[in-house]
Amino acid sequence: MTRPARNAAPIHLAVALDGAGWYPAAWREPGARPVDLFTARYWADLTSTAERGLLDFVTIEDSLDLQSADPFSDDVDTRTDQVRGRLDALLVAAAVAPLTQHVGLVPTVTTTHTEPFHVSKAVATLDHVSRGRAGWRVQVGGTPGETGHFGRRTRPTIRRDLASSPEGRAAVRERFDEAADHVEVVRRLWDSWEDDAEIRDVATGRFVDRDRLHHVDFEGRHFSVRGPSITPRPPQGQPVVTALAHQTIPYELAARSADVVFVTPHDDEQAASIVGEVRGAEARVGRDAHPLMVFADLVVVLGSTTDAARARRRRLDEAAGAPFTSDAHVFTGTAADLASLLLRWHDVGYDGFRLRPAVVDDDLVAVVDEVVPALQRAGAFRTAYDPGSLRERLGLPVAVNRYAPASA
Amino acid sequence: MSQPRKQVILGAHFPGVNNTTVWSDPASGSHIDLSSFTHFAQTAERGRFDFLFLAEGLRLREQRGRIHDLDVVGRPDTFTVLAALAAVTEHLGLAGTINTTFNEPYEVARQLATLDHLSGGRAAWNVVTSSDAFTGENFRRGGFLPHAERYERAEEFVATARELWDSWPADAVRAAGTDFLSDASAGDFEHRGKHFDVAGRFTVPRSPQGHPVVLQAGDSSDGRELAARSADAVFSRHSTGDDARSFYRDVKGRLGRYGRQPDDLKILPAATFVLGDTDAEARDRAAEVRRQQVSPQTAILLLEQVWNRDLSDYDPDGPLPTVDPIVSDASSIVRGRARQVGDPVAEAARYRAVAEAKGLSIREVVIELTGRQTFVGSPETVARTLEDAVATDVSDGFILVPHITPGGLDEFADRVVPLLQERGVLRRDYTEGATLRDHLGLGAARPASDWGSSASAAHGAPTVSVATDARASA
Ligand SMILES: Cc1cc2nc3c(=O)[nH]c(=O)nc-3n(C[C@H](O)[C@H](O)[C@H](O)COP(=O)(O)O)c2cc1C
Repeated sequence: MTRPARNAAPIHLAVALDGAGWYPAAWREPGARPVDLFTARYWADLTSTAERGLLDFVTIEDSLDLQSADPFSDDVDTRTDQVRGRLDALLVAAAVAPLTQHVGLVPTVTTTHTEPFHVSKAVATLDHVSRGRAGWRVQVGGTPGETGHFGRRTRPTIRRDLASSPEGRAAVRERFDEAADHVEVVRRLWDSWEDDAEIRDVATGRFVDRDRLHHVDFEGRHFSVRGPSITPRPPQGQPVVTALAHQTIPYELAARSADVVFVTPHDDEQAASIVGEVRGAEARVGRDAHPLMVFADLVVVLGSTTDAARARRRRLDEAAGAPFTSDAHVFTGTAADLASLLLRWHDVGYDGFRLRPAVVDDDLVAVVDEVVPALQRAGAFRTAYDPGSLRERLGLPVAVNRYAPASA
Repeated sequence: MSQPRKQVILGAHFPGVNNTTVWSDPASGSHIDLSSFTHFAQTAERGRFDFLFLAEGLRLREQRGRIHDLDVVGRPDTFTVLAALAAVTEHLGLAGTINTTFNEPYEVARQLATLDHLSGGRAAWNVVTSSDAFTGENFRRGGFLPHAERYERAEEFVATARELWDSWPADAVRAAGTDFLSDASAGDFEHRGKHFDVAGRFTVPRSPQGHPVVLQAGDSSDGRELAARSADAVFSRHSTGDDARSFYRDVKGRLGRYGRQPDDLKILPAATFVLGDTDAEARDRAAEVRRQQVSPQTAILLLEQVWNRDLSDYDPDGPLPTVDPIVSDASSIVRGRARQVGDPVAEAARYRAVAEAKGLSIREVVIELTGRQTFVGSPETVARTLEDAVATDVSDGFILVPHITPGGLDEFADRVVPLLQERGVLRRDYTEGATLRDHLGLGAARPASDWGSSASAAHGAPTVSVATDARASA
């Protein structure tokens, strides 16, 4: 079966992994494995399932703060009925890399308190150990909790109400500017080794050609970094940089720094207007790279019928004691209906989707076993992995090294 | 039967970025592909080693203002490659070198606790303190830390990490009924000290070992004191004879002050080995390895580190320079390297004396005077020498550094390990338990407050204990 496609490009599909799932009561569902959340086996299992579904990549959530009911508040979170605790996402991705072959691995790493030098070599190494499947979900930090964990910062932390005042907006702007600098340094460091820097020339006794290693000499407001990286250029050259964005400032960060942006339309109208806003942000920042790939984020509660899905949702909300709210649209329905929605939004300009399973053990499996086949039947999704890196799978161009002499 | 024999602890050091590693050998493989690390780790596990070890340097070495190009250059991120190795090994400890100057405790504690979870209790941390401004150029704060304060920060860093690891009670994750947490304050911590003023909630539940194993690799008196006070093991350069025995006595002798027993701290020097079917063959091979390690270009470079001046015009097969070394700390030509030459004039005199006595060229004298092989001989000789060394308190074991990546450990695992097992000084299987602490016989992790208080009792009131006390009384 084929459809009269307006967007002939294939759909790209990712899932966002976080604990037992995105619904607070997910860990209490029958079949959930809450005691396994902190084991390698659990994560190997989820990524293998994603790979069985031929998904482009998985993202792994993380934060330098413990989960809480309100991360922007100074109040101490006292809940005991929700998942608390996370492993470092990048290390989780590294630990599943040798156990998978194809699926892209995109951990969340914060830019606000971390060292660009460390982040650069960590993501580069993830790319080495996964043979070209690494990405990075850039996350801007700055909640009061995070700031306390690093101590020495005196700059304002980001609170919810700050965004509505001029000082608040300036603080947000500063954090995002720092994030853009951070990504810039990370990207330069990835290029600081040319691909053929290692020569092993016994005659001259040289292991590397040092003319193919480059200082990056970044000087910015927040940090200066000399380079080169201690880690050779990753297989993809530039691992895939992604960012979640809901507003103008984050859209601009994505347009300056990322390859893929995750956005959160709630209906068809927003779906169309957000693509326009992203393209506008690209024009404003003068992006000359390959256009941003735009993915829509959706929380998914799937069921064999719409009623069954709604019943699941109700049960989860009741267990949590409050209806679930999210920055992203919550899709509640059948796999077939979700596939139709994805095809429709694909036609208005979405390159792909990042699905956030409400309950990972149920909804990830439903995505793999039902949504993917529905998209395949529509001729919009791969039926096997092609060999190649994550960049190649996404159709991103070869990452030309900014320091390498242009080949004649 | 006599006393049970003192067991040999074995670490497997992935070949590093100095001239111990021979990259020019046809057998030498990639230094960055996961396949090399996997091969190396699986050999170590087959050989029933206690742990794999990775060194780290956070800036590429430079000499005379240019990136040093004669040795292996480049390595992966320590934590990331160890996490990947957790997936392809089952028992082997995974030890990474992580610097306390250019990191923050919250992040490092998180990464170590994560690695400990992902590996089922096999994580270890080699604490190093390099703090030079040269390395600092790669980091936010630059060369912010005076050399004299490097251990103060390191100690407070380790203490803070231990507090973070203790911040989740072992039974905090209940995950039953309606309670995910059994305790709403899981992860709460507060540390108010000179170097770290942090508070909040830690993200990682208590890991299988509680506290990953902590190694320390600094040689100064301050470094040794840090080891005695804060570490489970020491990575040292003192690998042979009386020099090693006196280091061993010195460091173990410091433990009593902190209420610790000699067995609580393992002394593990770096060591190299060259095997042959006979001792004579091994000696020949060792000489060949030395020639590979000291190429003509490397000979000049190593000599420049002694002479502290440009010697690029000298013939490596000719005589030593007649000019004298430059004596000035400020103009050191080598940067980004842990070890540096002490007194250049005395060193040069030693080089000249040896060259004259034996009639050696520059390359020959450098081969003669830099880096000896620790264990050279047939498998029987090496097994016996190694067992004797441990039995006579040269050390509690060794961290072995092969010359070839990734296959350099294979021969040791295949030929020496069975002999050590026959002698009853190395496990035939990992039967002591699942964790690295179990392999090393370290017992359960002591709580952070315990480390702090024994330190303060014996050593005035260092910053860390002040912070701990303040917390207790708050
Ligand atoms: C055997 C040994 C191995 C070391 N390995 C490293 C290393 O991999 N990375 C590093 O940055 N420093 C390394 N160091 C440096 C020490 O941790 C320490 O920072 C340095 O020796 C200065 O301290 P000290 O004056 O106490 O020796 C090593 C030191 C020793 C003795």
